[in-house]
Amino acid sequence: MKNLLTNHSKTLLILALLIVLTLVCGWLEPRFLSRDSLGAVLKYAGLFGVIALGVSFVILTGGIDLSIGSWVGLCAVLFPVLLKEGMNVGEAALVIAGLSVLAGLLHGLLVTKLNLQAFLVTLCGLFIYRGLARVAGGGREQILPSDQDWLRDALVLGRPLAGWPVPAVFLLMLGLAVVAAIFLNLTVTGRRLLATGRNEQAARFCGIGTSRLRILAFVICSLLAGLAGVLFLLDSRSALGSSFGNSYELWAIAGAVLGGCSLRGGQCAVAGVVLGSIMVAEVRQAVFFVAGDEWKEFVIGVFILAGVIADEAFTRWMAARRVRA
Amino acid sequence: MTAAAADIPLLEARGLSKRFPGVQALAEVSAAFHAGEVVAVLGENGAGKSTLMKALAGVHPPDAGEIRWEGNPVRIPGVAQAEALGIAFIHQELNLCENLTVAENVFLGREPRFAGCLVDRRTMKQRTLTLLDRVGLTVSPDTEVERLSIGQRQLVEIARALARDAKLVIMDEPTSSLTARESARLFEVVHDLKSRGLGVVFISHRLAEVMAVADRVMVLKDGRNSGSLTKYEMSPERMVQLMVGRELDPSRRRPMEVIPGPVRLEVAQLRTRAWPDEAVSFSVRAGEIVGMAGLVGAGRTELARVVAGVDRGLSGSVKVDGIPLRPGRVAGALQAGVALAPEDRKEQGLFLEMSIRENIALPGLGGQQRFGFVRQAQVTAQAEQMRGLLGIRTTHLEKPAGLLSGGNQQKVVLAKWLALNPKLFLLDEPTRGVDVGAKAEIYQVIESLAASGAAVLMISSDLEEILRLSDRVLVMHEGRLAGEVAREDLSEEAVMHLATGTNAV
Repeated sequence: MKNLLTNHSKTLLILALLIVLTLVCGWLEPRFLSRDSLGAVLKYAGLFGVIALGVSFVILTGGIDLSIGSWVGLCAVLFPVLLKEGMNVGEAALVIAGLSVLAGLLHGLLVTKLNLQAFLVTLCGLFIYRGLARVAGGGREQILPSDQDWLRDALVLGRPLAGWPVPAVFLLMLGLAVVAAIFLNLTVTGRRLLATGRNEQAARFCGIGTSRLRILAFVICSLLAGLAGVLFLLDSRSALGSSFGNSYELWAIAGAVLGGCSLRGGQCAVAGVVLGSIMVAEVRQAVFFVAGDEWKEFVIGVFILAGVIADEAFTRWMAARRVRA
Repeated sequence: MTAAAADIPLLEARGLSKRFPGVQALAEVSAAFHAGEVVAVLGENGAGKSTLMKALAGVHPPDAGEIRWEGNPVRIPGVAQAEALGIAFIHQELNLCENLTVAENVFLGREPRFAGCLVDRRTMKQRTLTLLDRVGLTVSPDTEVERLSIGQRQLVEIARALARDAKLVIMDEPTSSLTARESARLFEVVHDLKSRGLGVVFISHRLAEVMAVADRVMVLKDGRNSGSLTKYEMSPERMVQLMVGRELDPSRRRPMEVIPGPVRLEVAQLRTRAWPDEAVSFSVRAGEIVGMAGLVGAGRTELARVVAGVDRGLSGSVKVDGIPLRPGRVAGALQAGVALAPEDRKEQGLFLEMSIRENIALPGLGGQQRFGFVRQAQVTAQAEQMRGLLGIRTTHLEKPAGLLSGGNQQKVVLAKWLALNPKLFLLDEPTRGVDVGAKAEIYQVIESLAASGAAVLMISSDLEEILRLSDRVLVMHEGRLAGEVAREDLSEEAVMHLATGTNAV
């Protein structure tokens, strides 16, 4: 029997790994532990954490969303375009949220009602939204109007606390994580969503509307991707439709997997996803210092591979110990 | 049949035993199969027929006992060794690659080659053509298997066995999904194999076809040899007698004191996808335990699934207390008080990694919320209550359900739906793979549920269980209700005759 290991002890293990990773990075490169560097780590952990949280809902129900990066790009381009069209921030945010819900609904309906594979549906989304982002941006870089810098300070950068940078986006991500954890652990809908991920057939016998819940997971994912699109734009102040957000879905999935999510579904602890996202951000930053930015994909790939092998080995060891006991 | 072949059996098994967790599937079974002989293996569900065949074909090697091949002791630890000896095993669910061609399937794993590594397609096709001719299949070797009917695929499997120079062909319920004509075709081929000196062993539930085809029947009961009949000794009555013939201690039967209440469940002209041509009607009254017997595949589970809203029926209606249920809605059925405890507890009944407490809570979670939040105290109290009622033995309720023993897992499955206080409880194989002690406890719970006025419909392949608990028994055969046996007429033989379609009652 696999993965009977409680999520609790797994999360603690991931936390321990994160601490070790931080110390190792600091030992390899003292600049890594500087205030600016740690601030950057937390900012990226916050930005990528938002999409990692989103995709973990879909992964939990046994699906996958490959369209996140393109959706981030589309929303990042759309936001300044809508502002230029004369909308205020609230209206533009509402439009983006509405579109995100629609995209998630579309993914979910295609997957549950037409029985298409999530991989395929969202792969098509990846291309379609990227195309729309290029069209919407008109081939030009879309720039955040400078009168919106307050939003950047409020939502992404934040204020230093006692001289240490505490990016607002990191706090925002933590807030979302708390809400997600409460939802998954304490509400009826959340428990049913988890049950659907664990064993969809058994969930159907319990009278749980599994299709609706799987659709809900896609909606949550797209909604958070839309929010992340705006946050990423606020951070970098401009977005080019053809490249902005490229392959971000993979970084999000990486964070979720490092946080203990199994792509087979049924396994996801919110705390783990948060820790996983921080780890991804740390590795990016450390590689930047130690080896140069061009090495980051290579290192993160090796890092995740080592992580999943260790997870598998640990699970087997636990199972063997249980048999002996 | 030559004298030598008659003396030394092709395959002989002596004292084979096989234990699976919680059940002795085979106990000291002996068997002998000769060249040029067709043997049918008979027995109730769970009598050990498939286990015996799998033991001989190396799928599940036996724990103890001796196997002899042409008189010499052999070990058959795996399928490859069985094939090397000349034993071909044809599974009930056929083992063909649907997207490969007939020729590729026939020679899968032993393709004729040239230049050492390239597949010699011409030779392969030619040899396939010869083999197809021998089994009387007139399709091109290039046909993809997915385009063939089940009957045709069966013949491809036999061609594959011939390509491997099999001397003994073992078939597990070869006709269970064939039409009458396809079955007839298959048995022509069987006859041909026999006349060429091959041995054939097949499992069947259809006594008529056994009578027509087999030279000998071998009957198993509860994992033991129950008897053997030659062609001249065979009759449906004698076969059924050997299959059942277990006397039930009358004191263990449920005392009949319940006077059934009003009609609770009324099923009218219901047709399911499994048997689209058969419409089934029956009713169950409050306070009644109705057993539903039949062979595996008779359509019982499919019926229960439609009643509980897990699947949609093709036509017909299901009424509970006179009110029609909306088809295909489990939540609606649960609301109307209809609960189904499914047969496969690991796949359908339980969330193995989730706690016992949460497993019990999930079907009724909607009724235990405040502002969308789970009322934890209430859920815990309910789980505690169920643990006491069913005697679920566990150190604590937060333990993952998958860590419990089979019997306790099954109790959790029942607790999940019992916690909803169902008005109609559908039980599908409620004690499969459960030890004797847990069985008795589960029976008590079912009886007290009925005594409290709920209607119970219990599907079971365990005749003893059916006889012990049922107020009356509905028997299904090939998708239709073959008959009903009243409590006073209940006997294993009466049920078995209806279930096997030999209405000699």
